[in-house]
Amino acid sequence: MPEVLRAPLVVEFPFTRSLGPVQSAFLTGLRERTVLGVRTGDGRVLVPPVEYDPVTAEELRELVEVHATGTVTTWAWNPAPRSQQPLARPFAWVLVRLDGADTALLHVLDAPGPDAVRTGMRVRVRWAAERTGAITDIACFEPYGSEPAPLPRAHNGSFPRTAAGPAAEAVTGIVAPARLDYTYAPGRAQSDHLAALAERRIVGERCPSCRKIYVPPRGACPTCGVATGEQVEVGPRGTVTTFCIVNIKAKNLDIEVPYVYAHIALDGADLALHGRIGGIPYDEVRMGLRVEPVWHDGARHPDHYRPTGEPDADYDTYKELL
Amino acid sequence: MPAEPVAVVGIGQTKHVAARRDVSIAGLVREAARRALDDAQLTWADIDAVVIGKAPDFFEGVMMPELYLADALGAVGKPMLRVHTAGSVGGSTALVAANLVAARVHATVLTLAFEKQSESNAMWGLSLPIPFQQPLLAGAGGFFAPHVRAYVRRTGAPDTVGSLVAYKDRRNALKNPYAHLHEHDITLEKVQASPMLWDPIRYSETCPSSDGACAMVLTDRVGAARSPRPPAWMHGGAMRSEPTMFAGKDFVSPQAGKDCAADVYRQAGITDPRREIDAVEMYVPFSWYEPMWLENLGFAAEGEGWKLTESGVTGLDGDLPVNPSGGVLSTNPIGASGMIRFAEAALQVRGQAGEHQVEGARRALGHAYGGGAQFFAMWLVGAEPPAT
Repeated sequence: MPEVLRAPLVVEFPFTRSLGPVQSAFLTGLRERTVLGVRTGDGRVLVPPVEYDPVTAEELRELVEVHATGTVTTWAWNPAPRSQQPLARPFAWVLVRLDGADTALLHVLDAPGPDAVRTGMRVRVRWAAERTGAITDIACFEPYGSEPAPLPRAHNGSFPRTAAGPAAEAVTGIVAPARLDYTYAPGRAQSDHLAALAERRIVGERCPSCRKIYVPPRGACPTCGVATGEQVEVGPRGTVTTFCIVNIKAKNLDIEVPYVYAHIALDGADLALHGRIGGIPYDEVRMGLRVEPVWHDGARHPDHYRPTGEPDADYDTYKELL
Repeated sequence: MPAEPVAVVGIGQTKHVAARRDVSIAGLVREAARRALDDAQLTWADIDAVVIGKAPDFFEGVMMPELYLADALGAVGKPMLRVHTAGSVGGSTALVAANLVAARVHATVLTLAFEKQSESNAMWGLSLPIPFQQPLLAGAGGFFAPHVRAYVRRTGAPDTVGSLVAYKDRRNALKNPYAHLHEHDITLEKVQASPMLWDPIRYSETCPSSDGACAMVLTDRVGAARSPRPPAWMHGGAMRSEPTMFAGKDFVSPQAGKDCAADVYRQAGITDPRREIDAVEMYVPFSWYEPMWLENLGFAAEGEGWKLTESGVTGLDGDLPVNPSGGVLSTNPIGASGMIRFAEAALQVRGQAGEHQVEGARRALGHAYGGGAQFFAMWLVGAEPPAT
C-alpha cells in the first residue's frame, strides 16, 4: 500500500473590521495615549469599553477617560513567547484594572521573572513609539510603584488638534490578520487515488453495498455510510454531462477565458468529476461530448480533457450523471 | 399534548447594502433585533432565549461571534444557541427557535441571522486550497451554472426564462425599502444584455454581496394574544439534509428538497400547494433557480416550472407571486438570506409587506437552502392560527 500523504496547509487572510462608535473611540484614544472606558447603567466603568450594557442590554455611549496606571488582578507567566506575541522575551500575561475602571484589561507585563510578579502589584502603560490605533499601541505594562489615581474623567471621544500635530482622524476600522496552520492528510483512499494518477491511471472505489463507483474515492460511500476498499480503474475516456463557459477570470487561476468547466462522467464511474475542456473551441462544447484526459509532465492531475472524436453519447446514457 | 402554536409577532431588518462601515457586527445585529422588538412592542426583558445563525466562521474570520454578541442581543443570563447549516442557516435558525416555543421550552424567543459580507471572505470560507486536490476551476457561479444547463436540457425551457426572473425580482425590490439593489432603470433588455459570466448565467442573474441582518420574535399563544399587530402563525416547518455529492444525486431537483416540502405541506394540511399557497419567498441565488425550485417544491410538475415563470404567474400581480421582496437576487447577506425569506413570508400573511404586499395573502412559504444543495429549511406561515 502506498504511504498516506501529508502536507502543510496554511490559510491566512487580512480581515477588515468596522469598529462602530465605541471601539472607534477606544482605539483612536490609544493612538493618542489615552485609555477610554464606557460607563454602564449601574455606574461601573468598563475597560475595554463595549457597545451594549452586559446587565440591561441598553446601548452604552458615555465615554470616560481612565488612567494609564493600574493594579494587576491576576496573572500567568509565559516562559516561551511565540512569534506573534507582544514581547519576544518571557513575560507575564496580566489582567490589569486601570485606575478609574471597574473591569480589567488583558495585556502583557514586562517583568524580569515570575518572582517579580504578584497579584495586587502596581503597573503602568508603556506606550508603543509608533501608534496606529490598535491594542498594540500599548506596547506592554511595566511595574510602577504609585498610589491608585483618582476617579475617571468624562471624555467626548474626539481628539482635537494638538500642538504636536494635525487634528486626529478617528480610527474607524482595523485589519485583523488571521492565520491557521494545519497539517493536511488526505487519507488512505485519496492517497491511493493520487498514487494511481502518478501512473496516469484513474482509480475509484466501489461501495460494497450499493455497488456505485466513486471517483475520486473518499474511503466511504456517502449514501450507505460503509467503507469502500475495492479499487476499480475507470475511464480514461468519459462523457461531458453538463458544463458552463467561464468568461471571467477567477483569482489565482492562470487560465485564459473563455474556457469550459465541465462535469465529466468517466466510463465506469457513477458520478461526474469536474474538469476543464480543451482542444476544441469553447462554443463547440456540448453535452454528450466524448473526451479523454490530457496529462502534462510534472502535474498531479490531468491538465484538461479533449475530444476523442467518437460520436456524442446519447442523452439517456448519462442523464443520471449530470 | 399537541405542540404549542408558534406566532411571529416581531420582524426587523437592516437596510441591506454593500457595506455597513458605520457599524460593528454587534451594531448591525442590534439594529435588526431592536426593530423586531419594537415591532412586537417588547423589551429585552421579555425575551427568554436567543437563537442566532450566520454562515461559517471563516466568512468574517470571527470565531464563534455569538460569544461576543451576547450583550448586543440582550442574551446575558439567558440561553443562547448558534445554528450552522451553510446558506440555509437563516431558515434553520428560525426553525430551531420555533421548535423551542412549540415544545414549550421557552415562551418568547428572539431569533436573528446576519452576514457582513463586506468584511468577509467567502472564497476563503468556502474553498480553501486543499493540498493534492485539483482547485475548483470556476468560481462561485461556475458551481451552479452546469446545474442550470442541466435543467434547461431536461425541460426544454427557452433560454430567456432566467432573465425574466431577474427582471421581475429586481423590479420587486424597488417596492422593498430594505432590499439592497434598487435598480430604478432596470429593463428586461438590460438584463439580457448584461455580460455572460458563467454561460448560461448572466451578471444580472446573480445575487449581490450584502451586509445585513434579520430578526424575528417568536412566541406562544399567550404572547400572540398580547401582540399589538397581527401575528403570522407557523403551520408547518421542516429541515432535510443530504450529502453534497453522491452517486444518483439530482442537483436540479434534490430529493431532500422534495422531502422537506412534503413534510411542511403534510403538517399544514396542504394538498395542492399551487392553489393553496398565496406567496412564496424562495432562495434563488441565480435566476434559474426559480423554475427549478417551483418544481422541487411541488408548485409545478417536473419540467413545467419555467412555464409558470414565463406566463407571469410568479409576478407580484400573478396568482403565485414568488419573491415579492426582490429575493436573494436583490439582497444577499448570506447567513441572513434564509431568515429574510422566512420573515418576508410572515410579513405577507401579516399584511405588513408594504408596497410589495400580495393582496389578500393568507398562506405563504419561506424556503432556504445551502451547502451545495445539501441543506433545506422551510416553513409555511398563515394569517390564522393552525387548527389544533
